[in-house]
Amino acid sequence: MPDFTSGFWSPYIAIATILAILFCLVILIINSKRPPSTADNTTGHVWDGDLREMNNPLPRWWVGLFLITIVFSIVYLFMYPGLGANAGSLGWSSAAQHDAEAKALTTQIAPIYEQFQSKPVASLVSDPQAHAIGERLFLNNCAQCHGSDGRGAKGFPNLTDADWLYGGAPEQIVQTITKGRHGIMPPMAAAVGSAQEVEQVAQYVLSLSGGSSDPVKAELGKVKFAACAACHGPAGQGNQALGAPNLTDRVWLHGGGLQNVIAMINNGKDNQMPHFEGKLTDGQIHVLAAYVLGLSEGKGRPQR
Amino acid sequence: MANSRKVIPIEAVASDDGGLFSLYESHQKIYPRTVKGRFATLRWLAVFFTQLLFYGLPWLSWNGRQAVLFDLGARKFYLFGLVLWPQDFIYLAALLVIAALSLFFFTAVAGRLWCGYACPQTVYTEIFMWVERRFEGDRVAQMKLDAAPWSAAKLVRKAGKHASWALIALFTGFTFIGYFTPIRELAGQILTLQLSGWGLFWWLFYSFATWGNAGFMREQVCKYMCPYARFQGAMFDKDTLIVTYDAKRGEPRGSRGRKVIPSEAGLGSCIDCGLCVDVCPTGIDIRKGQQYECIGCAACIDVCDTVMDKMNYPRGLVRYATDRAISEPSTAGSVLSHVLRPRTIIYGALLLGLIGALLGSLTLRNPLKVDVIRDRNALARIVEAGDIENTYRLHFMNSTERALSLHVEVEGIDGIRIEGPARYEVEPASNRAVPINVRISPDAGQPGSHPIRFVVRPDGSDANLLGVKRRDEKSTFIVPR
Repeated sequence: MPDFTSGFWSPYIAIATILAILFCLVILIINSKRPPSTADNTTGHVWDGDLREMNNPLPRWWVGLFLITIVFSIVYLFMYPGLGANAGSLGWSSAAQHDAEAKALTTQIAPIYEQFQSKPVASLVSDPQAHAIGERLFLNNCAQCHGSDGRGAKGFPNLTDADWLYGGAPEQIVQTITKGRHGIMPPMAAAVGSAQEVEQVAQYVLSLSGGSSDPVKAELGKVKFAACAACHGPAGQGNQALGAPNLTDRVWLHGGGLQNVIAMINNGKDNQMPHFEGKLTDGQIHVLAAYVLGLSEGKGRPQR
Repeated sequence: MANSRKVIPIEAVASDDGGLFSLYESHQKIYPRTVKGRFATLRWLAVFFTQLLFYGLPWLSWNGRQAVLFDLGARKFYLFGLVLWPQDFIYLAALLVIAALSLFFFTAVAGRLWCGYACPQTVYTEIFMWVERRFEGDRVAQMKLDAAPWSAAKLVRKAGKHASWALIALFTGFTFIGYFTPIRELAGQILTLQLSGWGLFWWLFYSFATWGNAGFMREQVCKYMCPYARFQGAMFDKDTLIVTYDAKRGEPRGSRGRKVIPSEAGLGSCIDCGLCVDVCPTGIDIRKGQQYECIGCAACIDVCDTVMDKMNYPRGLVRYATDRAISEPSTAGSVLSHVLRPRTIIYGALLLGLIGALLGSLTLRNPLKVDVIRDRNALARIVEAGDIENTYRLHFMNSTERALSLHVEVEGIDGIRIEGPARYEVEPASNRAVPINVRISPDAGQPGSHPIRFVVRPDGSDANLLGVKRRDEKSTFIVPR
């Protein structure tokens, strides 16, 4: 429906349109009687001394066509939108037409996906057709964030490594794509303490993966790490149920190094992956999951 | 006005009957008389060749598919071995420019050659008039039949004519849409009554258009619809050859015996037989001078020549002549020399140049197209060994009808290389996008953006046959600060 900001425009357009059509009919009728003819088939007016305008009759078939267009426009405006916000008797809209076309396409390609959905995700990794379809789906839907090669960027996970925030089993990948993921780390500065204590915890976290530059501070931070263990686990190994990262590996999704870890403790993080349920069909998600699985198994590279 | 001629009953023009639409002229049918002559023969040759092409082309095959097919749904135009994609639209633009220029060129030289000899309106009208003469006879017989009351004989003649017209129109409509959807399948669908709703609509639409335009509208299209009539004035000049009545030679007109010498009787060559008006398909009198309705069909030239022959006068009372030739003393030689003038030379040169450019670029066209789209979310990465990596998407478009095997290389920075496979297969007449990682060693480039080049080469000797050549595509490599 048109988004007019004022209720004035719809009737204004409708009335103007109707008047225009009536006008066409009126001028046709007004001009239909032959005016008194002059001797030389002109209108009788003379401009600039010798310019005259002839008055040749239009052919009747032309008039017939014109009348047909008037009738057509009345019928059309009754059936389709055109008179302001009036939706027309058929209730047609371009959005509805698009939805119908999208649905028709989905029905048309459904058989292709049915044959894939009957097989488990893992078995599709080596299927060349599934791979090709998965690659196209990935490039169109996922590559904008995760990169064309799936290697990600700062804040966007690398899908080709063995590190999974929410689990790398086929069902978990399907879940991630279907429902999206919302990773929330609350700001922990209040729970940890002063800025000095935050730095100590940061050094401890870095030491878990062998990256600490100050063992003394790291040792002091170990005590305060209890606040983090609730999500990240006592040994910092992470929790895939919550999407809490494994702090003992060398994957730093939001940037590594002391300053970045301090900032993370102070500010927390709210990271969202959009859901594709509704945008992609179940069959498409199934094939896409196989492609993503293949990426991490080193089979994501095009075979040919 | 000679009294010895038989008066032919002519319907009066319906004027001022006082009805609501009396200003609008009701259409009076024109009955052009059959004419034989040089130009009529030329026209029938044009009819033959244009229709041979039109009706024949869709039936030709190439590579297992229709040779000439404009597949709008799949957005591919097939012209024998050439598969044109939307990216090739520039060729259509060039073709249209060439069409327009050739129109200006031919019109500047010899007037409305297109209208009188090759235009589909003329061609189909000629065909339909030929059919009409088979059923109803020539001009006089047709007029008599139309004036006569309805009878079984009239019904049979009219029905036969319309049935023949309908068959030709249906075949014409069928052929026309056969350029857009494979014609053999279309034939099958029609014969098994499986034609889709839209297919049926378009077939009947174009058939109705043919039947209506060639059977009834005829000169109404030329007089009222076609813009050519209205801007011909801008394309003619004093040296354009147009259908002209030589008034100096012909006037004063008047009938006389065959043995009479015109100059002694104070008469010009025109015997006022009115045949030039009878044969005119647009119903004008060329003796009034150049008119916008004249489509340059030269029927009046042909018929006047036959009359001149019968009177033993020289031909050419109505002839192709230039304005200058009529008003100044000229010879055939001087007329021809005026054909070569700035207007025609420039049009001709432009035309030759553009046709050459179009043909040249079509011959040299590389049916492989490559697009490089670099990733924008992760501009650059540092990977193992400190190497710097950028990710790209390469989009290959193969518009040949054979599978291509492509080899990719990258140049522009010392030691730049592709990480991973560098050979890709692309299916015939399809496209494919692949992710590509490009790496350099850490010291190879300063921080910032570096121009690089992807070189895509086809493997195999087939590629040369298809005209596939290497493609160089520019991109940038970003080294983080």
